[in-house]
Amino acid sequence: MDTIETIKLTFFQECEEQLAELESGLLAMNEGAADSETVNAVFRAVHSIKGGAGAFKLDDLVRFAHIFETTLDQIRIGQLPPSPEVMKVVLRTADVLADLVAAAREGDRLDEAKWLPALEECRALSDASHDAIELADFQPVRVSFDDIDAPVAPARPPRVFTIYFKPKRELYANANESVLLLRELARLGEMTVACDASALPLLGELDADGAYFAWTVELVTTRDEAEIREVFEFVEGDCDLTIEGAAIPAPAPSDVAALIRRVQAEMGAESRAPAFVQRPAPVHANAPLKLVADAAPSEGRSAAPPAKADIAKNEIAPPAATIRVEFDRVDRLINLVGELVINQAMLSQRIIEAGFANGSAVTVGLDELEQLTREIQESVMAIRAQPVKSLFQRMSRIVREVADATGKSARLKTEGESTEIDKTVVERLADPLTHLIRNAIDHGLEAPHSRAAAGKLSEGIVRLSAAHRSGRVIIEVADDGAGIDRARVRDVAIGKGLIPADAQLTDAEIDNLIFLPGFSTVSELSNISGRGVGMDVVKRSIQALGGRISIASRPGKGSTFTMSLPLTLAVLDGMVVSTSGQTLVVPLTAIVETLRPKSGDVHALGSGADVLAIRGSFVPLIDVGRALGFRTVPADPLTSVVILIETEGRARNALLVDTIQDQRQVVIKSLEANYCHVPDIAAATILGDGRVALILDVDALVARSRGDVAPADLPFAEAG
Amino acid sequence: MSEMMTSPTPNGVELMAFRIGAQEFCVDIVSVREIRGWTPATALPHSPDFVRGVINLRGVVLPIVDLAARLGLACVEPTSRHVIIVAQVGKQIVGLLVDAVSEILTVTDDMVQPTPDVASEMAKTFVRGVLAINQRMISLIALDEILPKTLRDAA
Repeated sequence: MDTIETIKLTFFQECEEQLAELESGLLAMNEGAADSETVNAVFRAVHSIKGGAGAFKLDDLVRFAHIFETTLDQIRIGQLPPSPEVMKVVLRTADVLADLVAAAREGDRLDEAKWLPALEECRALSDASHDAIELADFQPVRVSFDDIDAPVAPARPPRVFTIYFKPKRELYANANESVLLLRELARLGEMTVACDASALPLLGELDADGAYFAWTVELVTTRDEAEIREVFEFVEGDCDLTIEGAAIPAPAPSDVAALIRRVQAEMGAESRAPAFVQRPAPVHANAPLKLVADAAPSEGRSAAPPAKADIAKNEIAPPAATIRVEFDRVDRLINLVGELVINQAMLSQRIIEAGFANGSAVTVGLDELEQLTREIQESVMAIRAQPVKSLFQRMSRIVREVADATGKSARLKTEGESTEIDKTVVERLADPLTHLIRNAIDHGLEAPHSRAAAGKLSEGIVRLSAAHRSGRVIIEVADDGAGIDRARVRDVAIGKGLIPADAQLTDAEIDNLIFLPGFSTVSELSNISGRGVGMDVVKRSIQALGGRISIASRPGKGSTFTMSLPLTLAVLDGMVVSTSGQTLVVPLTAIVETLRPKSGDVHALGSGADVLAIRGSFVPLIDVGRALGFRTVPADPLTSVVILIETEGRARNALLVDTIQDQRQVVIKSLEANYCHVPDIAAATILGDGRVALILDVDALVARSRGDVAPADLPFAEAG
Repeated sequence: MSEMMTSPTPNGVELMAFRIGAQEFCVDIVSVREIRGWTPATALPHSPDFVRGVINLRGVVLPIVDLAARLGLACVEPTSRHVIIVAQVGKQIVGLLVDAVSEILTVTDDMVQPTPDVASEMAKTFVRGVLAINQRMISLIALDEILPKTLRDAA
């Protein structure tokens, strides 16, 4: 990959972050919970995307972002009030911006028909506000679409800032230019510049890539410090920068030109010519100067008084310092820690075997090691963990789109956005969640008039929540719609031959019929929910993540889909069992109970098939050792243990194993990486003794023993 | 880690010779990652008889192919004196169970004679050629056929 491509990749990664920032900011604004910093952040996000896009000549994106930015700027400076109508357009515009970014990332151009209408809508918004202000005969405000870098600030008393700016060599190495920054600064107000060239060495000692100049700028401006800092936003860290608000009146405007000339003379020898002098700073003739009382002169170059605002801001939202790390590296670390855990377990075993007394220095040290190892493992797993926030944010777009397409009014309420879950789980949840949200609006929520008739608010609520519960993550999608029409579901299931016509089903059983393959209550495929993807696919994707999905529905009140997911795909809670001398792990999620069969509990049914009587009903009994081909002689049920399991189809089966050894968390290892898929086996793991144990694919085993074709997909993803 | 990554020398390629029963074989040393002693493997259900199972190689689940069984030779129950050659085959890492590793040979291409036309199916499938060294015959094994095609495709 060449350098440009690498930079481009970084740009798109940053776009992703900016878009997330944009979305969360806009949603806060939509809720009416936005402070000025949120609005600024939203504006900056679009501004950065525009800037980057310009560098890569992504013209559509630049054009679109530019108009968007203009509208946002009007909101920012208070010209355009963020009313619900305005925010609706703005949110839609943000969606299209995301599409444009996505298209640009793929190297495509988005069809103009897809973004021009949004562009015009957005432009109309800013034009309207512009007109409204003019009509109201306020002080005329010029809004330029071409020169967005100089937004018109609200009238505020001008202040004097002393800015000390000393670039480091990195600034130039990163292709930034001091002159451009100073010129940018000049747009903010009147300024005088003094250049400190004292660090300039003799020509012979001059390093061509070095940075020797420092500038002290006195700026009289109506802007605040944050806006001045914004000029230096991209060179932060590459320069020494102090900004202080001073109570000294600015030099008279007429002196500025002279001062600049003096500076020019001082800088004369420098090759990076001070081009800014060619554009004299805008002169605010007779601008009234009001001293800011709290901007007391401060000693040194600390940015003390004006920093007050910054401090307050930081208390609200401390910026989280982050680094970007490739996933391979994290995964390698996770693997290594997995090894450490196994090694530590092996060591404990050896030390117990060696007969050290409990409480001896060795065992105490070992306990501490165990504690530490566990903490390291948890911390490393936490690196992969990601809040579901980004995923939930994507869903708000789905809600907007589906609500628009169906003519329903819907609002997404989210809870527990900071709940963390493995990144892979987050990624693979997007599709099933999208489908559930679409369903909730398309099938769940009633049309506005029916809602009114039922005495509900015309706006339907879709609630999306996440929470940690007993070591798993519970994600719920709930709507306040009509609930499941059970009579209809039943008819459809009978009509499609999924259940016999005389089947006696409980309400819960009827609700669960929607998860059956081939079930769809909408006769004509709507382009919202009916994309040939049924609820059975949702269920399968959740199960592929080691999770479960269930539904609870109340007629007239709505339906709730509950998903229970593992925190991570790298570990699994399992029961370690042995059969025919082999050690196997049975996933705990499948296990209902364990029991020891009594004589008379096991009955033969036909040839070679056994069933187990349990509390009056009979469940198929599978001898695991025989089913896997580890032995040919059937096990004696009376000396064995039965594990009662529940599979996908909610059918119960009994697994016969020799003994249960332990119940523990195991690290999932792939068999496919170096071998291939093994029937009835989901993955492998490494136990405390360093040996490999296989993790049973309970569903596949049951399906195969019933004579069905084993499903090709695996219930787990492998972590390594 | 006893990793060996030798590239072809100017004088030819380096091969690692090993023994199964009375026969001698060799593989290109570039594909050999390490050599380790036999440790009991965890049996895999529904697997071909030449797959001994899987072992833990520093956290990697490594399948063990009993080369004697794979080549259709008489196989014996492995002991701690048996050796596993950890080899890279395509993108996968496979452990090959052999009796003993004997030496490293440096040969040139012209020393490799075509496989004599014998009836053995194994010879046709796995032996790429034979080498005559000090009155011994050493068969050069092509590792890419060691795991059956169906298994590799499925993986």
